[in-house]
Amino acid sequence: MSFREILDSGKFAVTAEIGPPKGTDIKEMYHHIEVLKGKIDVANVTDNQSAVMRISSLAVCKIVLDNGMEPVLQMTCRDRNRIGLQADLLGASVLGIHNVLCLTGDHVNAGDHKQAKSVYDVESVQLLKIVEGMNNGKDMSGNEMKGATNFYAGAVVTPEANPLEPQLVKFEKKVKAGAKFFQTQAIYDMEKFKSFMTYARKFPVKMLAGIVVLKSAGMANFMNKNVPGITVPQDLIEELKAAGKEKALEAGINIAARHIKQLKDEKICDGVHIMAIGMEDKVPMIMERAGLL
Amino acid sequence: MITGEQKPFEEIWNMVKDFKKVLVFGCNTCVAVCHAGGGKEAEILASLLRMRAAQEGAAIEINHAAVERHCEPEFFQPVMDNVRTYDLILSTACGVGVNLLSENIGEIPVFPAINTEFFGAVPRAGEFTELCAGCGNCILHLTGGICPIARCSKSLLNGPCGGTNNGNCEVSPDIKCAWVQIYDRLKQLNRLDQMKEINEAKDWSKAQGPRNFKVKVLEEIKK
Repeated sequence: MSFREILDSGKFAVTAEIGPPKGTDIKEMYHHIEVLKGKIDVANVTDNQSAVMRISSLAVCKIVLDNGMEPVLQMTCRDRNRIGLQADLLGASVLGIHNVLCLTGDHVNAGDHKQAKSVYDVESVQLLKIVEGMNNGKDMSGNEMKGATNFYAGAVVTPEANPLEPQLVKFEKKVKAGAKFFQTQAIYDMEKFKSFMTYARKFPVKMLAGIVVLKSAGMANFMNKNVPGITVPQDLIEELKAAGKEKALEAGINIAARHIKQLKDEKICDGVHIMAIGMEDKVPMIMERAGLL
Repeated sequence: MITGEQKPFEEIWNMVKDFKKVLVFGCNTCVAVCHAGGGKEAEILASLLRMRAAQEGAAIEINHAAVERHCEPEFFQPVMDNVRTYDLILSTACGVGVNLLSENIGEIPVFPAINTEFFGAVPRAGEFTELCAGCGNCILHLTGGICPIARCSKSLLNGPCGGTNNGNCEVSPDIKCAWVQIYDRLKQLNRLDQMKEINEAKDWSKAQGPRNFKVKVLEEIKK
């Protein structure tokens, strides 16, 4: 089943990230693909994540596809104008890549080429509209294309953004612009997420909860302080502390597995998006403990 | 008004050190307000350069002058006979002034002593802030009078990105998130529905140079 079919069928979907490396040595990335293959439903390939220059998302999506997994092409508006974005969308389409996650993209200020000129010719909402147009056989200027695309388009939302209201206005615009599935920023507070989902269920979209494995109490505190839209509740920080330094990662894996199980068992959302950030090896273990394997 | 800041002194010195007769030429309008390039700043810069020249043992004659504006020829034309006696003009005007003077002066180089930055407001004396990017296609009626092109780090048109952080921008806690401000302002004006409409991709052709226009009425009169 394709990603779209999985979500439409009501099966609980699991996606995980593949982060392309900087450089041409892709041995470790191949290893991650091997570890995840047959376990997760689709691999989501990041696009110069955190504005750090790496192998292009499109190239790695093709590698993922050739290795027997269905990819989601992440596409940010930071590095390409509307011509470049559409050209790459057509390129992805003819290579057999049919899922696209439309993002605005982290500012170059976050990355390793801080003096770069940011593009942002268009942004996430407008990119979703571009994809919808191309699916209907027309480019952004309304020109007829020889052959339409068939993308399953998604976007992101931050359920714990502060303030939340402007974020929700944008979420609704993304739905209107054609997003069919959403991935969320990492969530840790199940009750808060449930109340977000009560709202989100009003819209005809599939929601994948973002899961980031906590490696330590220090990491949780760091994210609370520095990452917009992420709040790790104090009781989870205590749980990591109680596990002790050596067992903290183990505790973090258990927390992730517990959350995923709850999300699935209580049918809170339609799937999860696991951002392993270097711990792709642990994803099958998390899935196993969540009762998914 | 146009804002700018004086270039690092070393950079300026390296520009002028090989010339023999230099005029530091100030502009008394915008860049005088931001204390970067008015007659007073031109005088101080000329004096600093003379001291440096003396230290280095460089025989350079360095003088200063200023006119009200460098962006209209009628202001600098009356002093051009004097200006043309120099072999370098170090302009403390904005980039517009440097360009225009350079076009009119003949075979004498005009170098910039300031970095022209943006056109901005003066919320408090000595503080300058960018509020408009001059994009050629104003949408302030849609955004509560707050420009996302100039004031959002990504010039977004449809709401805040995921980097919005307690009302601040992901780029710096010193930058307010323009879209949170727009949301608050539209709410205050009871015009939040405005934000729910999708703003189509911008026509950036209006924002890209070289740009020029002619006042239609004046053109008609000339005819």
